[in-house]
Amino acid sequence: MSWVLDNLDVIAGYTGAHLVQALPPILLAFVLSLPLAKLANSRGWLRTGVTTTSGLMYAIPSLPLFVLLPGLIGTGVRSPLNIVVALTLYGLALMVPTASDGFRSVSRDVLGSATAQGYAPAARFLAVELPLAGPVLLGGVRVVAVSTISLVTVGGVLGVPSLGMLFVDGVRRGIVAEIAAGVVATAALALLTDALLVMLGRLLMPWHRGREAGRP
Amino acid sequence: MNENPFLGALDWLADPMRWSGPSGIPVRTAEHLGYTALGVLVAALIAVPVGLYVGHTGRFKGLAVGAAGVARALPTLGLVTLFALLVGIGLTAPLLAFVTLAIPSLLAGAYSAVESADPATVDAARAQGMTEWQILTRVEIPLGMSLLVGGVRGATVQVVATAMLAAYVGSGGLGRYIFQGLGSQDYPQMIAGSLLVIVLALVLDLALLLLQRLTAPRGTVAP
Amino acid sequence: MSIHSTRRHLLGVLGAGGLALGAAACGSSDPFEEEDGSGGDSGSGSSDGGGSGAAIAIGSQAYYSNEIIAELFAQALEAEGLTVDRQYQIGQREVYMPELESGALDVLPEYLGNLLQHYDSEAVSATPEEVHSALAEALPDGLRVLDFAEATDQDSYTTTADFASAHSLTAIGDLAGVDEDLTIAANSEFEVRPYGPDGAKEVYGVDVSVVPVEDSGGPLTVQALVDGDVQLADIYTSDPAIAENDLVVLEDPESMILPQNVVPVVSEKIDEAAADAIDAVLAELSADDLVELNRRSTVEQQSSADIASAWLSEKGLV
Repeated sequence: MSWVLDNLDVIAGYTGAHLVQALPPILLAFVLSLPLAKLANSRGWLRTGVTTTSGLMYAIPSLPLFVLLPGLIGTGVRSPLNIVVALTLYGLALMVPTASDGFRSVSRDVLGSATAQGYAPAARFLAVELPLAGPVLLGGVRVVAVSTISLVTVGGVLGVPSLGMLFVDGVRRGIVAEIAAGVVATAALALLTDALLVMLGRLLMPWHRGREAGRP
Repeated sequence: MNENPFLGALDWLADPMRWSGPSGIPVRTAEHLGYTALGVLVAALIAVPVGLYVGHTGRFKGLAVGAAGVARALPTLGLVTLFALLVGIGLTAPLLAFVTLAIPSLLAGAYSAVESADPATVDAARAQGMTEWQILTRVEIPLGMSLLVGGVRGATVQVVATAMLAAYVGSGGLGRYIFQGLGSQDYPQMIAGSLLVIVLALVLDLALLLLQRLTAPRGTVAP
Repeated sequence: MSIHSTRRHLLGVLGAGGLALGAAACGSSDPFEEEDGSGGDSGSGSSDGGGSGAAIAIGSQAYYSNEIIAELFAQALEAEGLTVDRQYQIGQREVYMPELESGALDVLPEYLGNLLQHYDSEAVSATPEEVHSALAEALPDGLRVLDFAEATDQDSYTTTADFASAHSLTAIGDLAGVDEDLTIAANSEFEVRPYGPDGAKEVYGVDVSVVPVEDSGGPLTVQALVDGDVQLADIYTSDPAIAENDLVVLEDPESMILPQNVVPVVSEKIDEAAADAIDAVLAELSADDLVELNRRSTVEQQSSADIASAWLSEKGLV
């Protein structure tokens, strides 16, 4: 424990770096998944393709991807940008199929009535389709957030600053408290982000809360 | 050696020398599969009974969801290094981490499988005089089997992609190629190891998807 | 102080996004911060407060012992009135050597044999002096090595006292007479190093197979040896665990293993005054000193900044 108290500033520094690498991929995966999912849903063969590609992507072990990606996109191995791009890809692999399901779950009749009421396509998407798919999308983002925050630690093996550095340094020095601090801080960050997403969901989709509570 | 590491990886895989011996691809693949199977099996022994209980009785649902959420949030690399410092090298430490990784999917698969049974059907079974155990085993589990298998599928794919970490602390598996390639800047070997993991993950995913389709009760829509 | 460095490093690398988060992180950590050295609060890592223009960027490997040596250099340079920018825990040689070559880093503690092998994979083992002069040839323009220290941190074939006495082992070659399968715990790349299994076979006629443990001879490797999971382990010779566990480092009379004396690799930005300050540290850094510095990190769990400042004042260097 004394290691933790003596090194709170180190932990705080790594936590900051961790968030800087984790938050952009979560946001990017969400935003980019919306048009991709709409596109996928527009053609049956495209949807199959997207689902297959996502499965393939998610099977790639993260460490080799972190090492190889710089060669493909021209960043440095130690660049956080490298991690951000890799994690956005993983996030998309989870998020696009979810978003695709979410949009498919919106009834065509509802969309038809919205069009009949005079909604332009863009407005219909924002005001009707997106909110109705909202609960499914939220579920997807929560999974992406937790998994992304956990995956950032893998960069520590390569010396990219994140809470994962505590695992590598801790195992080398034999300091159990250092590794435990890294595990707890990473999990806390993930759970906190998840809780914030749930709160955001309740704020943006007040109707959803009631429905969930009403379930058997 | 080929200049392009991706083509180099194909050369590496094409070398017949790689396909025999104690550190050959068949042995490493078998080890990798073994770790995955063991991890998922141990996790299933814990998570499936708990999940079925939660799903059937509806009790402790919040606790189960919460525990699964915490388990999902734990970084696997941290668990492997932490357990390794506590129990030493070998398979125990990575196995504990794989079990932790597999539990959330299996738990969710098990309780959603039971919950998916139509309450009217369950009430009908109860009215016919079935015991709770009979309702669970003859009605709820068969009806939810494909969701249960779906949980196994999710857990398996996650563990197989992570099982490379076993090689971090003295065990075998396909991770040996990945870490040795990383440590000696032999990127073709590292990519080849990754490709093997990807292929293994896809094969398992497809096989379990097939099983999921087969176990879907007749008359319902397969996922 | 390493605290500061970590933070400044992050700020530098991560840019504006990191700034806000980094600043938030600083706020919470302030009560625990020790007093600042002369390289202290230069805001968001700006480098123009020092004696001779831009700050000297000091890097280290992602290895606690290497970070301590880097911190020794950093504090010695600061004592000369120079400004330093600490960029510690950079992963691999393939990552930081290009940064040294491009001038993004100015100083990094290295090890003779490994550095030479990076530029010349065919390099064979030799005396430290020979490796040092070969390095002078091999390094790209703009980089040079300063003098090397007595302190060395090299790979070894290490075993337990029990195993050594049971089989009368003093040197690696004696293993040829051991009538059981030998395994050595080491990082997986040990497999392909010239002093790995192939070298042992060729030079000493000894058959060993590698059990990979990726903690670079750290506690997991030591534990595997002590528990008898393996008979041998590649433990770096500066590791305090060797003395603590009464381990025996087998001699290498044929010099199969490359010498790994500590040697700083520096850019052209290091002028004579700065080089003298670093040389003064190296001249004092004995093999036992390095073991003791490492012990303060692993056993006493002190930070590199505390370890460095205590050692430098013990030696009268600051």
